[in-house]
Amino acid sequence: MDLNAPHSMGTTIIGVTYDGGVVLGADSRTSTGMYVANRASDKITQLTDNVYICRSGSAADSQIVSDYVRYFLHQHTIQLGQPATVKVAANLVRLLSYNNKNMLQTGMIVGGWDKYEGGKIYGIPLGGTILEQPFAIGGSGSSYLYGFFDQAWKEGMSKDEAEQLVVKAVSLAIARDGASGGVVRTVIINSDGVTRNFYPSDKLPLWHEELEPQNSLLDILSAASPEPMNI
Amino acid sequence: MKLLDSTDSGNSSSIERTQYPYVTGTSVIGIKYKDGILMAADMGASYGSTLRYKSVERVKPVGKHSLIGASGEISDFQEILRSLDELILYDNMWDDGNSLGPKEVHNYLTRMMYNRRNKFDPLWNSLVLGGVKNGQKYLGMVSMIGVHFEDNHVATGFGNHLARPILRDEWHENLTFEDGVKLLEKCMRVLLYRDRSAVNKLQIAKITEEGVTVSQPYALKTFWNFNAFQNPTAGAEGSW
Repeated sequence: MDLNAPHSMGTTIIGVTYDGGVVLGADSRTSTGMYVANRASDKITQLTDNVYICRSGSAADSQIVSDYVRYFLHQHTIQLGQPATVKVAANLVRLLSYNNKNMLQTGMIVGGWDKYEGGKIYGIPLGGTILEQPFAIGGSGSSYLYGFFDQAWKEGMSKDEAEQLVVKAVSLAIARDGASGGVVRTVIINSDGVTRNFYPSDKLPLWHEELEPQNSLLDILSAASPEPMNI
Repeated sequence: MKLLDSTDSGNSSSIERTQYPYVTGTSVIGIKYKDGILMAADMGASYGSTLRYKSVERVKPVGKHSLIGASGEISDFQEILRSLDELILYDNMWDDGNSLGPKEVHNYLTRMMYNRRNKFDPLWNSLVLGGVKNGQKYLGMVSMIGVHFEDNHVATGFGNHLARPILRDEWHENLTFEDGVKLLEKCMRVLLYRDRSAVNKLQIAKITEEGVTVSQPYALKTFWNFNAFQNPTAGAEGSW
């Protein structure tokens, strides 16, 4: 076990726009090599009251980038006199990612709501490209979701439809990506504010070859064989 | 007695090669209990970081008296099962009333693994071998380089780091079947939380003087409803 391997959030991160806001989602596994250092991490981090960021890749790099951006946005908000826009937040992330591309190894998704543009999602992969998208997926677990989103994504979903899509997607990625796991966290951002949700595995659907969890084999054995009746 | 096996390179200026594993299984845990041996392994086989196969049986009976559990490269395990099958077949063909016990099978495996290691062409597995013969319980392990030993409780892979400390604390002589199963499940649950390649579908196998039983596949409940897990970064935005 390489305990000196860098902390990496293998991860599955997702950001989806819907009619009125955005839904951000992520798994909760942080690993050091093959060891799960934190099984309940929170990868959806606040930048301002109305803008959040999903972090993947190196835990250290993504934390420091989001810390700097939060600091800059704080000052920007004071100077501007009103809440920062999602676009400004995303571009600050981009500047740090792009100008330090040789040193950083983190892919991020910025999502939020502002009064000018409504709900917006910006994907900022390795290298510092910025792409405004109706939905974005990232992290190692996202490889397993390209086909899923090609089929399941639709324009103009409701808040609940969007959240269910995100939870289903993260759950599917967790099923196949060893670097993703734990619980599914979601953050919904719209004009009314921010809502955080938490979905442990018993609240998630079961996929192919997955079984209903039991307390113990002993329960199964005692349930399976009742004493035969004698007539 | 194989005509051609995977180690025949055909030329004497042998190329030294050590492979890389492709499809791998993770930990196996084995313990002695009152009536025999209990062994547990999940049913996952990973392809790098992808959890590719989720119904792989990694614990198999060998002859009448033994159980083998394997972690590491699955194709090498399948090859080992073929060799063991042949071994048992030839043993039966003697038809002399004697049959290979777990100690003998363990020794055969050790020789196989060590000789391959010496040719720089290992079978990329860690094996757990357990069984009961004539009332004698036996539990041993062989690694891919031929390191082998017997003990009251053994584990491979991550199980070495996560399960063995639990077993050292809580294993005792004459565990009942129920206590043994609970102890194994405790270890398997920790592995499920903390091993990236663990999968929530496992089998527990039992071997006693009477014979072998491999349980049906089942999944374990996990616990996530700690207060600390709800909003871990509430007081420290930007942390994990």
